Amino acid sequence: MDVLDIARWQFGITTVYHFMMVPLTIGLGILLVVMHTMWVRTDDPEWLRMTRFWGKVFLINFVLGVATGLVQEFQFGLAWSEYSRFVGDVFGSLLALEALLAFFLESTFLGLWIFGWGRIPKKLHLATLWAAVLGSIVSAYFIIAANSWMQHPVGVVADDATGRPVQVDFLAVLTNNTALAAFTHTIVAALMVAGALLVGVGLYHLRRRKLAGRPADEIDHGVWRRSVRIGGWVSLAAFVLVAATGDWQAKLMYHQQPLKMSSAEALCETEAPASFSIFAWNKLGSNECDDVHSITVPGLLSFLAHSDFSSEVPGVNELQERYSEVYGATYPDDPERFGNLAGEPVDYQPVLAVTYWSFRLMIGMGAVSAGVAAYALWSTRRGRVPTSRIGVYGSLAAVGAPFVANAAGWIFTEMGRQPFVVVPNPDVPVEDQIWFFTAQAVSPGVTAAEVWTSLGALTLVYGALAVIELWLLTTFIRSGITAGDTSATPPIGPGKDDDRREGPDGDAGGAGGRRADDDVLQFAY
Amino acid sequence: MDLQTLWFAAVAVLWIGFLLLEGFDFGVAALLPVLGRRTADRHLMLRSIGPLWDGNEVWLITAAGAVFAAFPGWYATWLPALYLPFVFVLFGLIIRAVAFEWRHQSHDPRWDGTWTHVITVGSLIAALGVGAALGTTTLGLPIDGDGIRVGGSFAGVGWAALLGAVAVLAFSVVHGALFLALKTDGDVRLRARAFALRWSPVAALPLLAWAGWVHLRSGTAVTGVLWAVGALAVLVTWARIRVDREGQAFAGWAVLLVSSAATIFGAAYPVVVPSTIDPAFDLTIAEASVSDYTLTIMTWAAGVGLPVVLAYQAWTYWVFRKRLTAEPQHEDAPRSGEAPAPSELPA
Ligand code: HDD
Ligand code: HEM
Ligand code: HEM
Repeated sequence: MDVLDIARWQFGITTVYHFMMVPLTIGLGILLVVMHTMWVRTDDPEWLRMTRFWGKVFLINFVLGVATGLVQEFQFGLAWSEYSRFVGDVFGSLLALEALLAFFLESTFLGLWIFGWGRIPKKLHLATLWAAVLGSIVSAYFIIAANSWMQHPVGVVADDATGRPVQVDFLAVLTNNTALAAFTHTIVAALMVAGALLVGVGLYHLRRRKLAGRPADEIDHGVWRRSVRIGGWVSLAAFVLVAATGDWQAKLMYHQQPLKMSSAEALCETEAPASFSIFAWNKLGSNECDDVHSITVPGLLSFLAHSDFSSEVPGVNELQERYSEVYGATYPDDPERFGNLAGEPVDYQPVLAVTYWSFRLMIGMGAVSAGVAAYALWSTRRGRVPTSRIGVYGSLAAVGAPFVANAAGWIFTEMGRQPFVVVPNPDVPVEDQIWFFTAQAVSPGVTAAEVWTSLGALTLVYGALAVIELWLLTTFIRSGITAGDTSATPPIGPGKDDDRREGPDGDAGGAGGRRADDDVLQFAY
Repeated sequence: MDLQTLWFAAVAVLWIGFLLLEGFDFGVAALLPVLGRRTADRHLMLRSIGPLWDGNEVWLITAAGAVFAAFPGWYATWLPALYLPFVFVLFGLIIRAVAFEWRHQSHDPRWDGTWTHVITVGSLIAALGVGAALGTTTLGLPIDGDGIRVGGSFAGVGWAALLGAVAVLAFSVVHGALFLALKTDGDVRLRARAFALRWSPVAALPLLAWAGWVHLRSGTAVTGVLWAVGALAVLVTWARIRVDREGQAFAGWAVLLVSSAATIFGAAYPVVVPSTIDPAFDLTIAEASVSDYTLTIMTWAAGVGLPVVLAYQAWTYWVFRKRLTAEPQHEDAPRSGEAPAPSELPA
C-alpha cells in the first residue's frame, strides 16, 4: 500500500472509533439534562439516582471521546497536509471555532458539574450540565459544517493564482443545506444510541431483580423502569426523525452527489420511474455496476429522490461518463502531486458494495433498534416486567445496533464521495467549480513507514483502550445503582449531606467535609 | 497592525495560555513520584488538578486550531515535518486523559497506583513533545522551498527540539510545585515550596536560553527588554518563595513564561517556520495565512468568544479556590468496590 491508502485507513479507523464515543456523549448528555432537571424540579430521589448512574456512564465514555478527538484535531495536518493547505481558508476556521466556542464550554462546565456536587448551589449546578451538553451540540454543529462543506462547497470562489477556495460568504458556509440536514440527522441518530442503552440496561436490571425476588417498591425498580420507558420513547421518536432528516439528506444528495446515491442503489442505467433496490448481489470482486443483480420496488427511488413516483433518476453508467467529460478521464500527469495515480484513469464510482451495504446497514440497524424499543415499551406496559431471556438479552445485545448504524452512516457518507475529498458543487458553473481529489490530499513529505508506524501504534492503543473501556462500563453497569442496598429510602436524607448540597462553601474543612469531598470523587471518577 | 500580525499575536497568546495553564497540571503530574510520598499525598495532588486539566487541555486544541485557521501553511508544514514526534505526543495525551478518569474505577490500590504512574508518564511525554515542537517552529526545521521536510523522519529532532523540550518541562515542573504550594496544605505544601525554592533558578535556564537564542538571531530592542524582564522575574520568584509568599511567587513564575514566550514569538515574527536549510525557505505569516475576509471573521469570533471563555474559566478557579488538605488514610478502611454501604453512596 502507498501512503495514500495507509493514510485513508488511518483516517477511517480513528474517525469511526472517535464516533463510537461521540453519539453516546451527545445523546446521553441530552437525556442527562432531562434527568437532572427533573430532579431539581421534583426533588424525586429516583431522578437523582438516574442522574448519578447515567452520569457516571456518560463520564466513563466521555473521556475516551476527548482522548480520541485530540488525534482527530492533529490528523489533518499530519497526514493530509495538502488537503489542509487547500481548504485552509474555510475548514480551519470552523475547527478553531469548534474549539473556542464548544470544547471550552464542554470541558470547563463538565469539570464544574463533576466536582460541583455540594459545592455550588443546586440550580447553578444544574446549569453547568446544561452548558456542557450545549457545548457538545455546538461542537457537532461546527464539525459537521466543516464536513458538509467538503460534500457541498458553498460560500467560496476559486483563487486565480492557486486555484484554492477563498471564502467569500461565511454565513453561506454555516447555513449550507447539507450541513443543516446532516447536523439534525446526526443529533437524532445520537439520541437513538442513548435510547437503546437505557432500554437494554434497564430491561436487564428489571429482569434480574425480579428473578431475584426483590419487591417492586424499591428505588432501583423505579429507576430502571423509568429508564426503559424514557429510552423506548426516545428511540422510537428519534427513529422517525432520523428517517425524516435522512430523506432530506437523500434528496439533497441526489442533486449534489448523484453518483453516491446511484451507487448506494446499484442503479446502473438511468430509469424513469426508478425503482428502489432491497437486496443486491454481484459477481465476486467486481466493481462493475452491470454485474449487479437486485430485487427492487418499482417507483420508490423516484420518490426518495424527487417526491414523486415517476421522475427520472440517472444511473451509474451515465454519470460516470458525464464526470469523465467534465473532470477528466485521467488524473493530471503530475507525479509530484498525484504519486502513482498520475496519468491513471479516474474511477468516479465509489466502491459499490460499500456504499450499497453501508446505506442498508445504517437503515436496517436503526430499524432493529426501533423494533427493540417498541418491544420494550410493550413488555413493560402498566407496570409489567418482562422475564423472557431472549427478549431481555436480545435488547441488551441490540444496544450495539445504533452504534453500527452510526458508523455505517459515516462510512457511506465518506466513502461515497470518493474519489473526491472536496466534491464539486453542481450549483456553480463548471468553470468556477472547486474540487480536490483524495489522491492529492495526502502529505507529500511523509513516508509510508511513518504512516504505517502511526497506524499500527494508534490501532494497538485504541484496541487496548476499547478493551478496558468496555470492561469498566460492563462492570459498572452490572453493579447497578444500589447493589447491596435494599432500603427504599435513598441515602440523601436530611443531615450533613443536605446542608452541604446548598452552600458554595460547604467543605469548610473538618472530617465531614473531607469525607464528602472524597465521595464527590467516588462519583466523579 | 494588519490582520496577519494580529493573528500571529493571537496564536502566541493561545500558546502562552496553554503553557501557563496546562503547564501546572503537567508539572503536578510530573511531581507525583517526587512530592507524593504517601498515597494520600498523591491523591491530594491529583485532586488539585482534577477539575481543571481538561479545560486546560482545550487551550492546546484551540492553539493548534488557531494555527490551522489563520495560517494553514504553518499547520501543513510544521505537523508533517514532525510526524512521528507529534504522534508520540498524542499518545502521551491519550494515556494521560484516560488515566485521570479510569484511576478511580477500582478500589484496588495497585490499579490506582498504575494509572497514577501513567498520568506521570503521559504528562512527561506531552510536555517534552510540545516543547520540542515549539522549539523547532521558532528555531528551525529542515524544510525545502515547498515546505516539505528533507532528511527523514527524525530530521526535525535536533538541538532546537531538545532545548524546547527541556525548557517546557523544567518550567512546568516548578510551575506545578508553586501551584501545589498555593493550592494545598500540609506536607505537600511544604515539600512543594522547598522544591520550588531549590530548583526554580536552574529550571528557568533552558527557557531563558531558548528565548535568548531566538532574540540574538532576530530580536529587537523590545524583545531584549522582554527577555530581561523574564530573567528578573526568576529572581523575584525565588525571593518570594523564600519568604513564603506563594501567590506572588506563582505570579512571578508566570511572568517568566509570558515574557520569555513574548521574546520568542516577538523575535521570530514574521517567520513561523524557519528553515535550517536555507533562510530563503523560511515560511512567513504572509505566505502561510488565509484571506483577510476569513481573518476578520475569526477576529470577531475570538473577540467575543475568548473573553467569555476567560470569564467562565476564571469562575471555575474561583469555585475551586479552597486550599485542599490530604484526606485521612481511608484506603485502609474496609471497602468493597461492588457494594458501598448506603451511607457511603454519593449524595
Ligand atoms: C457529530 C459530532 C462530532 C463529529 C463528526 C466529530 N466530533 Fe470530535 N467531538 C464531538 C463531536 C464530534 C463531541 C461530542 O463534542 C466530543 C465527543 C466526546 C467529547 O469529549 O466531545 C468530541 C471530542 C473532540 C475533541 C476533544 C475535545 C476536548 O478535549 O474536550 C477534539 C479535538 C475533536 N473532537 C475533534 C474532532 C475532529 C477534528 C473531527 C473530524 C474529523 C471530529 N472531532 C469529529
Ligand atoms: C465522525 C464521523 C466520521 C466518520 C466515521 C468518518 C469516516 C471516514 C472514513 C471511513 C474515511 C475514509 C474514506 C475512504 O477511505 O474512502 C474518511 C475520510 C476522510 N474524512 Fe471522514 N468521517 C467522519 C467525519 C468527518 C468529518 C467531520 C470530517 C471533516 C471535518 C471528515 C473528513 C475526512 C477527510 C479529510 C478524510 C480523508 C480523505 C479521504 O480518504 O476521503 N470526516 N472519513
Ligand atoms: C431510516 C432511514 C434513514 C435514512 C433515509 C438515512 C439517510 C441518510 C443519508 C442519505 C445519509 C448520507 C448523507 C450524505 O452522504 O450526505 C446518511 C448519513 C448518516 N446517517 Fe442516516 N439515514 C437513516 C437512518 C439512520 C440511522 C438509524 C442512523 C443511526 C442511528 C443514521 C446515522 C447516520 C450518520 C451518523 C450519517 C453520517 C453523517 C451525516 O451525513 O449525517 N442514519 N443517512
